Amino acid sequence: MTTIMDPTDERVPVARQITPRAGAVTGSVALLDISKPRGAVLLDRLEALLKDRAPGVTVNRYAKPTFAKPAPDELRQEIFRDNDFIVEGLAD
Amino acid sequence: MSVLPAFLLNDEQGAAHSFPGSRGALICFVKEDCPTCNDVMPVLAALQTAFGEVLDFFVPGQTAEGNRVLADRHGLNFPLLDDSTLKVSFAYDIEIVPTLILCDAEGRAERTLVGFVRDEWQQLAADLAETHGVAAPDLSWSELPEWRPGCGSMSADPLVADRLRAEAENSPLRARRIEIASQDDEFEFMFDQGFSDGLPLIPPSPERVMRMLSGTRRDPQELLGVLAPNMGEATIEKVAINAVMAGCKPEYLPVIIATVEAVCTEEYNIHGVMATTMGASPVVVVNGPIRERLGMNMKLGALGQGSRANATIGRALRLAVRNIGGAKPGGTERSTLGNPMKFTMCFPEWEERNPWTPLHVERGFEAEDSVVSIFTMTSGPTLMVDQDSRTAAQLAGSIGLCLEAVFHPKAHYATEVLVVICPEHVDTLIRDGYTKADIRARIQEVTARPIRELVENETSAVGFKRAVADKMSSEELDRPLPKFRREEDIHLVVAGSDAGKFSGAFHGWVTGEIGSVSVSRKIEEVS
Repeated sequence: MTTIMDPTDERVPVARQITPRAGAVTGSVALLDISKPRGAVLLDRLEALLKDRAPGVTVNRYAKPTFAKPAPDELRQEIFRDNDFIVEGLAD
Repeated sequence: MSVLPAFLLNDEQGAAHSFPGSRGALICFVKEDCPTCNDVMPVLAALQTAFGEVLDFFVPGQTAEGNRVLADRHGLNFPLLDDSTLKVSFAYDIEIVPTLILCDAEGRAERTLVGFVRDEWQQLAADLAETHGVAAPDLSWSELPEWRPGCGSMSADPLVADRLRAEAENSPLRARRIEIASQDDEFEFMFDQGFSDGLPLIPPSPERVMRMLSGTRRDPQELLGVLAPNMGEATIEKVAINAVMAGCKPEYLPVIIATVEAVCTEEYNIHGVMATTMGASPVVVVNGPIRERLGMNMKLGALGQGSRANATIGRALRLAVRNIGGAKPGGTERSTLGNPMKFTMCFPEWEERNPWTPLHVERGFEAEDSVVSIFTMTSGPTLMVDQDSRTAAQLAGSIGLCLEAVFHPKAHYATEVLVVICPEHVDTLIRDGYTKADIRARIQEVTARPIRELVENETSAVGFKRAVADKMSSEELDRPLPKFRREEDIHLVVAGSDAGKFSGAFHGWVTGEIGSVSVSRKIEEVS
């Protein structure tokens, strides 16, 4: 844990900013399997639900080579370029 | 006598020991790697045996591992207390270990012994035996060293003292503390929070901010002014935080404080300077003895990169304006093109190479004062290349001709200018005995144009509007108009290397009541 002193006038709370919510799922959705056992089971079910309830949405499946390391840069770029949304299937 | 700070410390077994208790006490601060502390361990053990029934006994050690070593090495009959956070040592302002303090039942110090002076310790033991009617400790005093100086307390180590000061209950720091999770990269976090001008920042940890504040004697909570558009309160503490991020040393802080005071004035109008689509930015000129003390660069490449003081003082101002005032590009900062000087622009005048009056003396200060002067620029430094003129009239004429380009060749009476004269040009000007007034007059002379040449035309619509010109008589239209409204609008300073006939000019912004007026502030000297 590192502590720093706030350099601002402190009018805005310090927090991780959440990406603005879109309101509806449209376009392409990436389903990312981090390669932990049974993560794919969750994502398979999610893909089926999306196809059923949001038929206009394209689902793209991805997998990290290993859960123990961050996704390779090319994979992150590819997901970012080709999708509007991402769901990451964590395991455990 | 003031009451000593209360404390609660654990021993190696985790039992808590609190001071003050219900009776008098002996407190001795020690650390394992101090030879004198090792020398006094048997003495402390004897004191404990003699007075353990009548006095409380506290021996805080400064590292947990060291306490274990001391206990093993000396087979102690008293517990060593864990002050590895050094908070109690710091609260007691311990500079040397061992320090032995005798205090009464209310926790008031009656006697303090620093290091080991045998006579003092023996006298204390004798006095305690008499006061409490108990036997004196069984010690062969003559076998003990006569005198041992002790070692520096870890709480006084500069590396930890700033952290302890920042964490202490009476810490002068009031700004919000932001905790960055250990998985997060602190540098990326600061970018994400929008604190940065686009370049990496030094993390403003509490200890770094404490160290920065040591650069001034002024109260960290003193308000220097308010910064638009948020009307954020620029306290010295907030300015110090931004100075840390910019990469400043503590000794630069007085310059930055004076700079922030200057830009917070109504005349300077930092809000307008930041908000204008023209891309204006402050230029900070430093005069006086502080230039040398901070190692500022006034010679080769003075307006460029490579000098920490020049670069980070200018950057600290910009970060303060951004973070405290909230002036950010795309928010209230609306510059069309932007301007690299918005990262930083600060340089000192080479007064010793200036045969005329230096800038701060011209502006009413004493030569021995250290002063910042803030000028607003919109472009520059534009180079004025003249390697050929050998007379002052020619050279000052060249400078004037170059300055015709300020804003636009047809824009007269529009702004001011800061001319940085290089040493070789100084030599040419002074050889003919030119004063600053002569230089200014020559600039005005060579730039003067009949008003009729400054009226909007097919070439350019800039200048006097046709409707205004139509109402002027032929005589009025023939009247020559110099480039600058007043000769004082031409600010002259000296900087740069001894080689090269290239002076520079910072073109101004809108001046006067509707724009920004240059402001100078004296710098508080901390010797």
